[in-house]
Amino acid sequence: MCWHFIFGKGKSSLTIETVEIFFCEPRIANFSRDYMNIFIHIGRYVLWMGRVFRRPEKWSIYRQRIFEEVQNIGYDSIGLVAMVSMFMGAVLTIQLAYNIVSPLIPTYTVGLGVRDSLILEFSPTIISIILAGKVGSSIAGEIGTMRVTDQIDALDIMGVNSTGYLVGPKMIAAMICNPFIVIISIALGIFGGYMAGILTGEVSGNDFIFGIQYWFQPFYIFYALIKTVVFAAVITTVPAYFGYHTSGGALEVGRASTVSVVYSIVIILMFNLILTQMLLQ
Amino acid sequence: MIEVKGLNKSFGEHHVLKNIDAQFHKGQVNIIIGQSGSGKTVLTKCMVGLHEVDSGTIEYDGREFSRMSFNEKKSVRQDIGMLFQGGALFDSLTVEDNIMFPLSMFTDKNLKERRARALFCLERVNLSDTGQLFPSELSGGMKKRVAIARAISMNPKYLFCDEPNSGLDPKTGLVIDQLIKEITDEYDITTIVITHDMNSVIEIGENIHFIYEGEKWWEGSKEEILRTDNQEVVDFVYASKFMKQVRADLAK
Repeated sequence: MCWHFIFGKGKSSLTIETVEIFFCEPRIANFSRDYMNIFIHIGRYVLWMGRVFRRPEKWSIYRQRIFEEVQNIGYDSIGLVAMVSMFMGAVLTIQLAYNIVSPLIPTYTVGLGVRDSLILEFSPTIISIILAGKVGSSIAGEIGTMRVTDQIDALDIMGVNSTGYLVGPKMIAAMICNPFIVIISIALGIFGGYMAGILTGEVSGNDFIFGIQYWFQPFYIFYALIKTVVFAAVITTVPAYFGYHTSGGALEVGRASTVSVVYSIVIILMFNLILTQMLLQ
Repeated sequence: MIEVKGLNKSFGEHHVLKNIDAQFHKGQVNIIIGQSGSGKTVLTKCMVGLHEVDSGTIEYDGREFSRMSFNEKKSVRQDIGMLFQGGALFDSLTVEDNIMFPLSMFTDKNLKERRARALFCLERVNLSDTGQLFPSELSGGMKKRVAIARAISMNPKYLFCDEPNSGLDPKTGLVIDQLIKEITDEYDITTIVITHDMNSVIEIGENIHFIYEGEKWWEGSKEEILRTDNQEVVDFVYASKFMKQVRADLAK
């Protein structure tokens, strides 16, 4: 057997091309194994969240971080949310129109159905699930990478409360932004439904507009926003928790990212049930 | 001075650090050496509070760090600078912002003063023209020099360096070693360097601690380590054929 050593500039790119990579054995992160014990995670999550609410070292820096996160979490998600919401509203209109076959049911019911479906369920819950995928995986990846490259240790050694610094602004930004995003989603969903109704000829514009105004309950908006704020906290803190507690390398960061999205979605659905029961009873 | 007394640390049933006693002197480059997995990094992480200790004490100039509350530890940590193996620079910030980060967080200096301090630290590590670059645009050696600049930006009393020249060519490694030595002398700080590299030990080591299977096995100067008869130390120091030849020449 002969060992070859490569010296000098450009050696990294040369090695990537010439070295065969063997995966000796699949590594299972300790953290993934721990997922089995959900109660350990709940306890650890609660204690860890306690550190998010400690007094910041400097308010001005945290404030600046919140603005940055509003850009990352909120503003950068508007395009995706707008597209999804318009299609959602359009599909809802078409499905409702095709399913209302009785001449005794007026066509404006389509507008009413689209409005209530969007406000009560589709915009707060489905959009939050979509954001759990987009924002959550990004948060878990970012914080997980910071963990495995010692950047979180660097923060801790400087005397910075790393949990508060990394997670607090993200959570606050999402809790501020997401209600606005959901309002935009409701509006664009209704607009999409209106357009679909006109373009397919299933519902006239006047009927649709009458329907969305008919028997409107302002409390439904409040209910949607309450759900959104709770989901915003889940979307940011659950992936941040998984990213923060990851260990190893790129493989574990990727795994933490995937698992965090799955957990976020499950928790969102659980809270959806609990909040619906509590608020609409 | 940092003093460690009777330090024990376990992970589950694995007893990693076994009753470690050590003194790390002010104004000196204190080196911790040992094989991979011997517990050097765990010892350092216990010393800076990244791991809770099972028993024993860690004192920073007489202040007992291991029993301090979270907030008390935060104030001590502001006196600590640490150079991580990979640099641990914040990817999203420029070099200048990385160095200004602790200043922004813990001082009332305005932007102009922070910039001046960052530039001073960058000049100190001979990287004055890299302030606007991002860490991804730097070479491994440059990242470590920037990390040193960040570590000294707050005028630390204690500097921890985790394998400062790993992954670097011998020449760049020497530059980093010299920089650590100069900074230690210049600021009269307590420096602790973890390394596998015997070049570093010989070049800058003043007070050397050898950790073997979680125990503090040996302590001495660089002259003493070359002449010791302690078998574990000899096996570590003279592991390569080249070093065995050096030992044979020394014996002659």
